[in-house]
Amino acid sequence: MTDHPHDKLQDPPLSARFMENAAASVDALRRNPTMLFGLVVLTVIALLSFGAPYFGLPDPMRQAPINRLQDPSAAHWFGTDMYGRDLFSRVLHGGQISLVVGLSVAALATSIGLLVGLVAGFSRRVDAVVMRFMDALMSIPSILLAIALVALWGSSVPNVIIALTIPEVPRVVRLVRSVVLMLRDQTFVQAAIASGTSTVKILYRHIMPNTIPPLIVQATYICAQAVIFEAYLSFVGAGTPPEIPSWGNIMAEGRMFFFQNFGIIMYPGIFLAITVFAINTFGDGLRDSLDPRMKRRI
Amino acid sequence: MLAYVVRRLLATIPIMALVAVFVFMLLHMSPGDPAVVIAGDFATAAQVEEIRTQLGLNDPLYLQFVNWTAGLFRGDLGNSIYSGLPVSRLIGQRVEPTFMLTLTTMIIAITLAIPLGVIAAWKVGTWIDRAVMTVAVLGFSLPVFVLGYALILGGSVRLGWFPVQGYTSIFTSVPGFLRHITLPALTLGLVYMALIARMTRATMLEVLNEDYVRTAYAKGLPTRKVLLKHALKNAMVPISTTIGLGLALLIGGVVVTESVFAIPGLGRLTVDAVLRTDYPVIQGVILVFSLTYVLLNLLIDLTYVLFDPRIRY
Repeated sequence: MTDHPHDKLQDPPLSARFMENAAASVDALRRNPTMLFGLVVLTVIALLSFGAPYFGLPDPMRQAPINRLQDPSAAHWFGTDMYGRDLFSRVLHGGQISLVVGLSVAALATSIGLLVGLVAGFSRRVDAVVMRFMDALMSIPSILLAIALVALWGSSVPNVIIALTIPEVPRVVRLVRSVVLMLRDQTFVQAAIASGTSTVKILYRHIMPNTIPPLIVQATYICAQAVIFEAYLSFVGAGTPPEIPSWGNIMAEGRMFFFQNFGIIMYPGIFLAITVFAINTFGDGLRDSLDPRMKRRI
Repeated sequence: MLAYVVRRLLATIPIMALVAVFVFMLLHMSPGDPAVVIAGDFATAAQVEEIRTQLGLNDPLYLQFVNWTAGLFRGDLGNSIYSGLPVSRLIGQRVEPTFMLTLTTMIIAITLAIPLGVIAAWKVGTWIDRAVMTVAVLGFSLPVFVLGYALILGGSVRLGWFPVQGYTSIFTSVPGFLRHITLPALTLGLVYMALIARMTRATMLEVLNEDYVRTAYAKGLPTRKVLLKHALKNAMVPISTTIGLGLALLIGGVVVTESVFAIPGLGRLTVDAVLRTDYPVIQGVILVFSLTYVLLNLLIDLTYVLFDPRIRY
């Protein structure tokens, strides 16, 4: 059965498929300036954040109390914080945490949600149990749940990622499940069942590909949300360990001094807002090009 | 209608029961001994033991759960580890500011967002539409506390129109309440407003394409009447759903907003409890917020009757 001729027909060589997909992506980007804009801004932010260690900036952790709370100058573009640390360097380095957290939460939540949603959508027995469980999880406001988890597990980047992932999973499950329920009764799935295709293969081959477009769009929104929530968690003291310069931590430290130097809150805040804005714009554009019917909605 | 309300209320019981199990298990999902985590890094063995006894952690798990649940039915959420006071009393003391802040925010956000969404849909594709949508997307992107501090700096420090922080109860002084609540409500409301405005615009766009809207125009009704009576009323069901689901965002925002503006509400209680790993308080707050969220969404489902008489419960 493994060498079924139809399998060969459906699968052109991987390299050809990749080239085709790449060409299609470039084309989609050209036709969709919003998405391109989001992508370009995100790339710039990512380059600035992950390139920060190589720009020859001052060490983001080095304290120089004599320079504390300075206004922006040629030496310190964004000024300095209450320990005299260079704010520009800290803000650039801080982007690393936000991006890592955002991307990890989006990847984790969509993969777990995809798996659970596929199974729940296809098996009525699993569905009844899992969905009640998801309903309960969704009744707890996500930030509170994340705060409670980090408060107990302790501050660390992996804990923040897991704590932000858990509340997002039910939303992904619902999305995937709704697609599966819609497809389950369609002719091509019924035909696959009738011709004796195994359930696993139906899910993997016929149903999963259809869940991917809405899932990718959902992932961008989860990513944007996670970037903001990471900052909230750090702000209330249940986030990234305070010694790591994340945007949330920089802003949390700055609140005591916001009268003297508003920049400590403002600069990371602006970077964070631009990042989230770019992710959302990218997601909106992606949605429009993946599903043109949705274009006028929301 | 009454039968429906009863049925829906009964349906929330298993959900709330599951939420309670979650919240109970939170304490036991910690990687190590919860008593050690709560006691902190500098606690002595005796202090850890004291907390263990206080939380009943020496009992078998099922007994702990039974005791805890029995307490819930009596309205007993346990005692704060930090102050020793009953959690239900701590929450009771803090409800008013949070309730008033949330209510004010909802009023401001809804009265601004729905007209904005309607106008954006009406003038779709024009600069008005684009301006509203840009503000809406920005609203999603700006962290609550950045906006909060910016408003304090602008509205309180530079202009001196509003007090910097703090809270006055509406029962003490109405003008004082209004002066204190304006900036926090605006801060908290932006995301919520963005959400509702986007949804209003999207649904209105759909409804405006319907035949009955064209008919309404064709028979010479004024635009205002078509937009409000024919279109908006039909768009209200999905909009109110969004208003309900968006409450989760609002609850999350309350925690941060109250810290920024030093409002002594449930959000502040949560943040203080987190800093002290005062777990019974955290559990209590989560339960109260979740119950409120579920019940408010039930309430919103019931309002559908107002907008769509075809819906019968």
